[in-house]
Amino acid sequence: MKKKFSKVFMVSALAAGILAGCSGGNQASGGDGGNSKDFKLGVNMELSGNVASYGESMTKGVEMAVSEINKAGGVEGKQIKVVKVDNKSEAAEATNGIIKLTSQDKVNAVIGAATSGNTVAQAQIANDTKTVLMAPGGTSPTVTVDEKGKVREFVFRTSFIDPFQGTVAANFALNNLKVKDAAIFSDNSSDYAKGLSNAFKETFKKAGGKIVKEESYVAKDTDFRATLTNIKAKNPSFIFIPGYYEEVGLIVKQARELGITVPLMGADGWDSPKLVDLAGADALNNTYLINHYSTEDPDKKVQEFVTAFKAKNNGDAPNAFNALGYDTVYFLADAIKRAGSTDSVKIQKELAKTKDLSLVTGVLSLDKNHHPIKTATILEYKDGKQVFNTKINP
Amino acid sequence: MDWLQQLINGISLGSIYALIALGYTMVYGIIKLINFAHGDVFMVGAFIGFYAITGWGLSFLPALIISMAVCAVFGVLIERIAYKRLRNATRIAALITAIGMSLLIEYLMIYIRGAQPEAYPADVLPNKAINLFGAQINSQSLFILLTSIILMIILQFIVHRTKMGKAMRAVSLDMDAARLMGINVDRTISFTFAIGSALAGAAGVVYGAYYTKIEPLMGVIPGLKAFVAAVLGGIGSIPGAMVGGIILGSVESLVSAAGFSLWRDAAAFIILILILIFKPSGIFGKNTREKV
Repeated sequence: MKKKFSKVFMVSALAAGILAGCSGGNQASGGDGGNSKDFKLGVNMELSGNVASYGESMTKGVEMAVSEINKAGGVEGKQIKVVKVDNKSEAAEATNGIIKLTSQDKVNAVIGAATSGNTVAQAQIANDTKTVLMAPGGTSPTVTVDEKGKVREFVFRTSFIDPFQGTVAANFALNNLKVKDAAIFSDNSSDYAKGLSNAFKETFKKAGGKIVKEESYVAKDTDFRATLTNIKAKNPSFIFIPGYYEEVGLIVKQARELGITVPLMGADGWDSPKLVDLAGADALNNTYLINHYSTEDPDKKVQEFVTAFKAKNNGDAPNAFNALGYDTVYFLADAIKRAGSTDSVKIQKELAKTKDLSLVTGVLSLDKNHHPIKTATILEYKDGKQVFNTKINP
Repeated sequence: MDWLQQLINGISLGSIYALIALGYTMVYGIIKLINFAHGDVFMVGAFIGFYAITGWGLSFLPALIISMAVCAVFGVLIERIAYKRLRNATRIAALITAIGMSLLIEYLMIYIRGAQPEAYPADVLPNKAINLFGAQINSQSLFILLTSIILMIILQFIVHRTKMGKAMRAVSLDMDAARLMGINVDRTISFTFAIGSALAGAAGVVYGAYYTKIEPLMGVIPGLKAFVAAVLGGIGSIPGAMVGGIILGSVESLVSAAGFSLWRDAAAFIILILILIFKPSGIFGKNTREKV
């Protein structure tokens, strides 16, 4: 009997503890942290899992910008302190991550995640707790606008959006490569790829181009030979492959093995050193990708960033994700400076007003949907190296 | 000549399924256990091959042999640690242990080296396009088909022409009777695990060389597909596993070729369901009644 009682007692104590934890979390939300001497910056990134290489790169960029800002005196007299969580490249983990950051760590703002899906998974919590959420690379329009078309007040992003990339790809194919018929091979399991392929299709058709074949795959597939054989049968003179490097690497390799020699093109999802390992340098010749910036861009701001990054990372050149992570911190710091306060609501108002802010990845202005209007860069793979091809302004 | 190309795509994929399915079917034949950790032995084999090639600079064949040897030992270890003490437990207990073992291996691998994928070097196998009646055939796929066929012939030889093979067949027929005849049952079961795991290891290296990308959870889907292949061919039957694997690979390829690439995985599992409903014993399976 006694034993039983103690068990009951323990369970109720545990339950009370959990409830207390919950209510505590709710009260703490809103988190302007006005009194603490640090500005706590949560980083909710893909540090393991499918797209770990994006998350790791962005975190590196974030950390570099933070240390620069801290050296220069911090924001509003406060040092920025980074609190990292790993969302394992999964949406559910991303939601858990931001709950932990807002309720336990009581951060002032959150940066993350690297992909759109994992950022959308955090948007609701960010809005509810009035915490500014900065997405360095969420290129889907849904990151800042919900399905009803309403703007998510507290969510901002540094990168351009998918439809913009799809449009750029279509224009590049039509005007620079001079092709008239194209095929699309798209990742059916990601909103990112769907957004890109829709925008590509629309722009390409409007300008008189013809889509000869549309095929799709699902993330984690490894064998694309059957579908590629189908595409090859239609003889397209250009193939648009929006998707992430893990599958794209295999697609490019298998396409070349099947004798598909036409130009292939993708977007920022291609950008990873792993792509060259997976596809092989030869197979990647005559492929193009859209990116946020290029290390070969002669712009002074870019070159300064590249030199500083190389000095810190044993001579490794920064990729676009490094640059976006870096820019995101400056984007936020700029708003804090204009707000003159670290209060999230004030920062939010200033972020929304950002105009002609000069960053490493181009000059950035926000429209009313928090979509950045900025420059896109086209890169070409030559013997496994990304080479600057051209720059396309909005 | 598209269909020819599609068929070759399918057969190369199918021969990998077949190699994995062989391990499933042999283990099932001897102790009536569906070894769900088998797909993960395949994954471990792929990684061992990868480290042998990139770390020690070995070529394909020595890497294949090392991977097979390590996987054989690994398979025996799994059997000794997890399954042996459950020899007389209910089948469901052994099955659940197998699922647990599978998860343990996957996440141990992630713990040790992280979840990021690894890419096999491109020059492991000669990569030339051969033109056959207008179909573009990759020399890699022929190489893989050849490797699989040679391994299957060796397996047939072991099972039908050696003493150990005879013991294996005897144990799978009736364990108690085999023991009475003086066969060391434990050793025979270990040997079966060793051979099945070695084949899975070989499949791992072949898969890595063919598809380039390997990662700690890569064994899950091929493992399930190989299970379907084994059931399709008749679980417990060695030729059944080979034929089942190749049929499954071809069906998947043809489904994609018909423009339903998103239905490919579904097609594989629909086959499983249909087989279980209409002919549970599979193509080569014997119609045995439950012994009373």
